[in-house]
Amino acid sequence: MKKSVFFGALTVAALAAGAAAAGTLDDVKARGKLNCGVTTGLVGFAAPDANGEWQGFDVGVCRAVAAAVLGDPSAVEFVPTTGKTRFTALASGEIDMLARNTTWTFSRDVDLKFEFVGVNYYDGQGFMVPKALGVSSAKELDGATVCIQTGTTTELNLADYFRTNNISYEPVPIETNAEAQPLYLEGACDVYTTDASGLAATRAAFENPADHVVLPEIISKEPLGPLVRHGDSEWGDVVRWSLNALIAAEELGVTSANIADMAAAAGNNPEINRLLGTEGTLGEMLGLDADWAKKAIMAGGNYGEIFEKNIGENTPIGLGRGLNAQWTDGGLLYVPPFR
Amino acid sequence: MTTLSDPPKGGFRLSTLINDTRYRSYTFQFIVLIALIAAFAYLGSNLIANLKAAGLNISYNFLGEPAGYDINQRLIEYTSQSTHLRAAVVGMLNTLLVAVVACLLATIIGVVVGVLRLSNNWIVNKLMGVYVEIFRNVPVLIWILIIMAVFVAVLPQPREFRGDDATASMFLDLFAFTGRGFYFPRPTFTAEWAAGSTGYLIIIGLLIASFFGARALSKNATATQERTGDRPTTWYYTLAIWLVPVLVACVIMGLSWEIPALKGFNFKGGIYARNSYIALTFALSIYTAAFIAENVRAGILAISTGQTEAAASLGLRPSRTMNLVILPQALRVIIPPLISQYLNITKNSSLAIAVGYMDVTGTLGGITLNQTGRAIETVLLLMAFYLIISLSISAVMNVYNNSVKLKER
Amino acid sequence: MSDTNTTPVAFVRDAMLQEQTPPVTAAGPVTWIKKNLFDGWFNTILTLLAIYFIYMIVSGAFPWFYNGVWTTNSLAECREILQGKTGGCFSVLTERWPQLLFGFKYPSEEYWRPTIAFFLLFFAAAPVLFNKLPRKMLIITAIFPFLAFWLIWGGSLLVPVMVAVGLIIGYVVFTKLEYQSFAMGLIGGIVATLVVWGLMGYITDPLSGVLALEQVPSRDMGGFMLNFILGVVCVSLSLPLGILLALGRQSDMLIIKWICVVFIEFIRGVPLITLLFVANVVLGYFLPPGSNFDLILRVIIMITMFSAAYIAEVVRGGLAALPKGQAEAAGSLGLDYAQSMRLIILPQALKISIPGIVNVAVGLFKDTVLVSVISMFDLVGMIRGPILASTEWNGVYWELWLAAVLFFFPICYGISQYSQWLERQLATGHR
Repeated sequence: MKKSVFFGALTVAALAAGAAAAGTLDDVKARGKLNCGVTTGLVGFAAPDANGEWQGFDVGVCRAVAAAVLGDPSAVEFVPTTGKTRFTALASGEIDMLARNTTWTFSRDVDLKFEFVGVNYYDGQGFMVPKALGVSSAKELDGATVCIQTGTTTELNLADYFRTNNISYEPVPIETNAEAQPLYLEGACDVYTTDASGLAATRAAFENPADHVVLPEIISKEPLGPLVRHGDSEWGDVVRWSLNALIAAEELGVTSANIADMAAAAGNNPEINRLLGTEGTLGEMLGLDADWAKKAIMAGGNYGEIFEKNIGENTPIGLGRGLNAQWTDGGLLYVPPFR
Repeated sequence: MTTLSDPPKGGFRLSTLINDTRYRSYTFQFIVLIALIAAFAYLGSNLIANLKAAGLNISYNFLGEPAGYDINQRLIEYTSQSTHLRAAVVGMLNTLLVAVVACLLATIIGVVVGVLRLSNNWIVNKLMGVYVEIFRNVPVLIWILIIMAVFVAVLPQPREFRGDDATASMFLDLFAFTGRGFYFPRPTFTAEWAAGSTGYLIIIGLLIASFFGARALSKNATATQERTGDRPTTWYYTLAIWLVPVLVACVIMGLSWEIPALKGFNFKGGIYARNSYIALTFALSIYTAAFIAENVRAGILAISTGQTEAAASLGLRPSRTMNLVILPQALRVIIPPLISQYLNITKNSSLAIAVGYMDVTGTLGGITLNQTGRAIETVLLLMAFYLIISLSISAVMNVYNNSVKLKER
Repeated sequence: MSDTNTTPVAFVRDAMLQEQTPPVTAAGPVTWIKKNLFDGWFNTILTLLAIYFIYMIVSGAFPWFYNGVWTTNSLAECREILQGKTGGCFSVLTERWPQLLFGFKYPSEEYWRPTIAFFLLFFAAAPVLFNKLPRKMLIITAIFPFLAFWLIWGGSLLVPVMVAVGLIIGYVVFTKLEYQSFAMGLIGGIVATLVVWGLMGYITDPLSGVLALEQVPSRDMGGFMLNFILGVVCVSLSLPLGILLALGRQSDMLIIKWICVVFIEFIRGVPLITLLFVANVVLGYFLPPGSNFDLILRVIIMITMFSAAYIAEVVRGGLAALPKGQAEAAGSLGLDYAQSMRLIILPQALKISIPGIVNVAVGLFKDTVLVSVISMFDLVGMIRGPILASTEWNGVYWELWLAAVLFFFPICYGISQYSQWLERQLATGHR
């Protein structure tokens, strides 16, 4: 916001003529702010707190990228997007990256021309029902009214699941999580379905979370990750390796507590040294400072710390690591080496 | 300011184009046209550049691909394997269903309220005034959301009908009013050949036939009246024409009523009007009815009392005065704004998206757009649909306006 | 036939009788009630129904208001205090009041700025609405847009001042050149304004700290303030555009006429929500690559176009109502098109169309809540999103929706009463 909005609008013709299509990385650096698309509000992943500050797991990724590129984790403009608007916002350049629990699918990657830079959360679609209903499996849901959050892969998975199991249902499409909540709580829907993490987050916001159960069936694979536009690989690399740095930091035991010491001088572990910029020129290759990864990790801690702080077992959302543990702990997080 | 009638002497100069009134308008139009083309070219080139940068293209091929999602309310056959095009059509029919029913309801409520506002009953008069003002001056979206919230929060949910300690019960054991919608008994036909939709089609056909029959009877009566001066009493014939064929058909086809019953999670059987549908239709009706009531009131007030007095002096009875003198004139004033209110209902029905009703904005402009990411294509199609509806309604209005225009001689 | 009225006759009364009070059966409240409420069986039924209806509402609403709780921090606490009694949990309004008004991102220490702008709006609007007020007040109206912009968005005061200076210089150039021809004046004025703005850009950028308020990006606007901003900005912007469109539609120039007709009919034929979709998901593709219009600006563009089409139709009605003789008379006086429009036709046509324009404005103000559908946090968006979804206020419907109704009703009702009053004022002029 160098110039005020209206003034900018009035002189838009002049602006437009001058604007050349530079790379996103240069744009972000020139702007001094990262425009990051997030959800309109899902506690634990991205939601404004009482002071209007955005908090959450996806927000942590945005802040890490901002810290890596600009050195300031608060230099982020969070743009709330719905399922409908997120792809256009990214394609039209309104946002630089989208970190809005978006499922990595073939058609989004290939047909919609986006580049998923990695997976920050391995998820799957689940069902939540009130305990009083006495349902213990999704197969018992014949004839149930199901609230679905639209604009996601959810309604497709749901249609497929119920069709293959040959049971009928009544879909109630809902635009946002906030609107679905009262419908489900007042009993206008028997079941609420979305990604299992989303269910946990939604349930955490209920007055009596214990009255609701998440059914054991997970009916789909939902690798959620940040994405950028196709065709700007430099920028894609920056976001990808910022995310990887967070994951690698956890694997290598780098935390926000010990990172200052570790980065002060080259240590014994060459990979940590390369990651933190005390050895090699990884930062330069990305077009960033040498201590880019250090800044990214300092923004909110490593992957594990961000996870525990926002959605981990000690938060109201209470998600276990499960698939999202490091590969050394039997999870799926396995980042390519920093070398 | 050349207003000379003779063309100015001397050759052509560039300033002639601006200063000569004969050419000025051409020059001006030419400039505007160029500017317009330039603007479009500019926007178009931006579009092409943006699409190219994003590696996208404009294509309507997605319409032929399977939609993959389910729609709860469908007036035609539809499964998740049907195409996006069919999903769009299902949505369009849902839009029309809301629009038509809301128009009818709004007209009825609006006319009643408009007439009651002119009543000399003080309390009714004031009450109607309060209704009109409250509903006109609050956004319709808020009304839709309020009525939906009432539905969801106030009416009993199916689970409250269940078990021995049920807190809610069905009305007359025939109707169920739940927070998920209303369930009515549905007429079905037991005869094998009339099963499915055949029976309904036969009934509809008979009703159409009855309509023409009743009209012929009425014409006949008018002819008799003009010949002899007496109008034969025909109301029982008319009643018979309407009722007898339908009743006979019902008996032959074996009419029975399918009564909704609580099975599993929901009521099954009968006609199911979803909460989103009812909330949307009802909110649009009562909101628009407030406007229609004002139109009706204005229309009746626009007819001067002299007309009533003149009709009375001709010896017309009050009912005939209303039917033959006041109403035909009042309708001339009432109908044009009424039709534009119908237009508003149709356009406002797109607010369905706020309550999750699957109209065309919900299917084509909602889930299809989300799933395919084809924003430009779907929004264009959506606009084209509404534009066609609006233009057709406007065309009807123009035809009507021309037919009732005061013939000036 | 002699003169009977000169000589007094015994049986002819020569003094007026005192007026007597009507018999009790023909006047007084009892008769009034009988005549107005219980006149015939049908009216009686209606009256009883109405009374029953009012009773139901009052008896339902009264305890709800009377037992209302205003000071708790969550719905659960409300329920504790009420202990099963009927009663509203109005504390949601007190606790979330700033959010309802300003959204959740406007910096709370800056709330005074939009509040002042809101009250200034009354002073700015008054001289336009009531032409009996001193004309000097129009100065406030002229200053208001710039002042309000500065107050709400913040930044350096120089920016709006420079924009205003540009406009003033443009106007001066226009008046100087207007004697040559209207078109020349217009072009000259626009060019001068643009040049000034271009030059000012060099001044305001280095001086951006002068008299600066904290900048608030438009993305942070929310709550009822957003509805208000959208309503006021879009109506003011759409007025000139609407008048131009109406003139274009009445024009003899075929191309211009058809452009205007197609534009107006297209916009009026589609629901506002599809236009908002355009603003939200399509418009970005048509803007130059790299330019970054934020959502509120795109929405303002689309809503302005929307209301301009409706205002154009109202103004067209006003133009059509003027007798053709007015234009002919202006022409015979030697006025050209621009002069006759500006001095003769439009002042009269606009006067007739003001009630219609006010109605369009009310409708538009109501329609601003539709932006909640495209994930903007206006009043309705705040209620449906952050407030109803929060753990504390899950399930507080009535209080919030009642508040929404009470936010809109007084303003819309007030404006439509004004429009009716104006209509009566104008009507007397023709009798």
